[in-house]
Amino acid sequence: MKFWVETFEDFLKRIIVIVFWLLLLLPFVIFPFIFIVVPALGIPLPNANQILTALLDPLKALPLVNDLGLGPSSLFFKIAAFPGFTFAALVATGIILYERKLLAKIQVRVGPLYAGRFEGILQPIADLVKLLFKELLVPAKADKTFFFIAPSLSLALATALLAVIPLAPDIFIARSELSLLIPFAIIGLTPLVILIAAWASSNKFAFIGGLRALHQLIAYEIPMMISLVGVVILSGSLDLFGIVEAQRGLWFIFPQLLGASIFYVTMLSELERIPFDLPEADTELVAGWLTEYSGMHFGLLQLANYIKFYALAVLFTLIFLGGWLGPAFLPPFAWLLIKLFFVITFMLLPRAFMPRVRMDQLIRLGWVWLIMLAFVNLFIALLEASIGMIL
Amino acid sequence: MEVVERQGNYLTMSIGPQHPGSGHMRLIVTVDGDIIVKVKPDPGYVHRGAEKMCEVRTYIQNIPHLERPVIIDSSGILFAYILAAEELIGVQPPPRAQYIRIIMAELNRIISHMYWLSIYGIFMGHSTMFMWPMGDRELFIDLAASIGGTRVTFSYFIPGGVRNDIPPGFKEKALKTFDYFVKRLKEYEKIYFNNPLVLKRTQGVGVLKREDAISLGVTGPNLRASGVASDTRKDEPYSMYDGIDFDIPTYREGDSYSRAWVRLEEMRESMKIMRQVLDKMEAGPVKQPMRGQIKGKVGEAFARTEAARGTMFFHIVSDGGKFPYRVKISVPSFRNLIAMSHLLEGNRLADMPVIYWGLDYWPVEADR
Repeated sequence: MKFWVETFEDFLKRIIVIVFWLLLLLPFVIFPFIFIVVPALGIPLPNANQILTALLDPLKALPLVNDLGLGPSSLFFKIAAFPGFTFAALVATGIILYERKLLAKIQVRVGPLYAGRFEGILQPIADLVKLLFKELLVPAKADKTFFFIAPSLSLALATALLAVIPLAPDIFIARSELSLLIPFAIIGLTPLVILIAAWASSNKFAFIGGLRALHQLIAYEIPMMISLVGVVILSGSLDLFGIVEAQRGLWFIFPQLLGASIFYVTMLSELERIPFDLPEADTELVAGWLTEYSGMHFGLLQLANYIKFYALAVLFTLIFLGGWLGPAFLPPFAWLLIKLFFVITFMLLPRAFMPRVRMDQLIRLGWVWLIMLAFVNLFIALLEASIGMIL
Repeated sequence: MEVVERQGNYLTMSIGPQHPGSGHMRLIVTVDGDIIVKVKPDPGYVHRGAEKMCEVRTYIQNIPHLERPVIIDSSGILFAYILAAEELIGVQPPPRAQYIRIIMAELNRIISHMYWLSIYGIFMGHSTMFMWPMGDRELFIDLAASIGGTRVTFSYFIPGGVRNDIPPGFKEKALKTFDYFVKRLKEYEKIYFNNPLVLKRTQGVGVLKREDAISLGVTGPNLRASGVASDTRKDEPYSMYDGIDFDIPTYREGDSYSRAWVRLEEMRESMKIMRQVLDKMEAGPVKQPMRGQIKGKVGEAFARTEAARGTMFFHIVSDGGKFPYRVKISVPSFRNLIAMSHLLEGNRLADMPVIYWGLDYWPVEADR
């Protein structure tokens, strides 16, 4: 059978085939599995009555879900829903809308306006629907396997960042002694995905964009790591919990202002945002390494980028702005969200007043200035630690 | 896009005609890493035979036709045509019409420069510099539309004057707009022209030396950015430009940055010109009445004006009939194209949009 549906005839044939297999599988495989194998293994199944009740009253569905081991306290829920993927994706779409509205206000425009009753609030959903209905175009000479893998891989890597990032003392997916290092280990894999996507596209613009991304990300990851060593020295911990707790007296942004600035610049570079959006420089490279991606592939890549945006913003909040610490009249999670909002705004703003820099200037900035300043920052941290500023 | 083809260590790419950074033309660029080794401009995608088509249209029909090559600066290209056609037809426009023509030409110069500026901003990824000039350009389009009736292609100049008088209250509206725009230009300087990253991107990029600019035949703002104070409005004053006091902004560096400054300063000068013209204008007729079929005298006529992109030159030959026998347009964009490949070679690929658009090349105008 052909993989692609080309004509209406193919489409009808495909539907008939699907219905045929469904009719065949239901009585012979699926029903026996549900009614014979599952009870035999001792897994409790809700009966029809319970399912109907749950449909009418979702609150009554909670114990059922709990019985299946998928309740709000389960690891699955944490990964898939609340501190994990769904929450991050919602925040990411929120960031996209907020970015568009913010830039529009700066540029004396209105921005998204028509989707949704209030200020185009449903625009991300409209965009998603549009992307879902677009055809997934694949270039004839593309390496199809890698071309298809790259968007999912990119999203997987971005989501993996969320694993060890806590949002509050009690809201986290996993705890680790080395939770500061793990996100940066994962970020270190991004150039590989970009290179896979660029190479598989078999497009000169994508190829140049991929090479640029590779140069840029390598040049910026080293100062990014070094800029955080100061925080580790001051807090004496590689655990994000420990780092946040060490900021009870003073947020690290004050003693580590230089480190925070370097981290901020490298963060923008890591996210390929203006002024460092060279891999996607639209006037030179069409869309850089994203050139050949269309439809939901493009949507996944964008979602991955904005989830990464969210993860890095949370990291900045945790490392330099004291995370969830704040006066007790608001819960810790609320404090984190408030700080996150300001960090996100601050990260979006450069797009309003900066042009794109050139590759050679960017690499000089990364390899010469930022690394040098990161080491200077390291010595500042040592000095501060020796006079006992924090500890 | 062709398949990746490699000659030695070079990569050849075809940028355009469907590329966000090219316009209706193609640049065949060979790069060595990030450095451009060779550029072959490939214009001609929008050649419509505008010159030939003039030969089957009357002098009046040619007016809307000749605007098409450069609608962004429609009065700029029409000014030269009208001057040459008037010489052949043998009519003289009344003084008020000549002043209104200057207002229209200068308004169009600002509209064209604003368009240029906004694209120059977005070519460097500066989206605010795209939105602001595009928005402020609307004010000048409104002014021009209140005179000419349409937004871009006004068809406003006719042999023997202009189509209609300016509307009442135009002067106040125009002066209000100018006052606002002068303040706005200062904001542009803050956010864009004095932005350290813009300085880094444009200073010393695509340097066109004075001697090269002269020998390559570059005209207009690009020539003035290379240190040659040449402006047709001053050198060979036409219409009423003789009695108007204005400066020619000139810069010595000849790089992309000074090309931007020249255009910014030119917008200020244009407003200065318009303020003087609005004061000088006296009431009177705006067109010479003409009856019957308009025919040109046997002979030929030349006219040279300063359009937004540089010197616009028209040569019309007439055999005494109602159609011109031959119309030759010498457009500034084509001259700037000659300089383009000269400037691009040896620069980085990222500089390509900056240099390309810094020259204000308008493919439709060059292809005619």
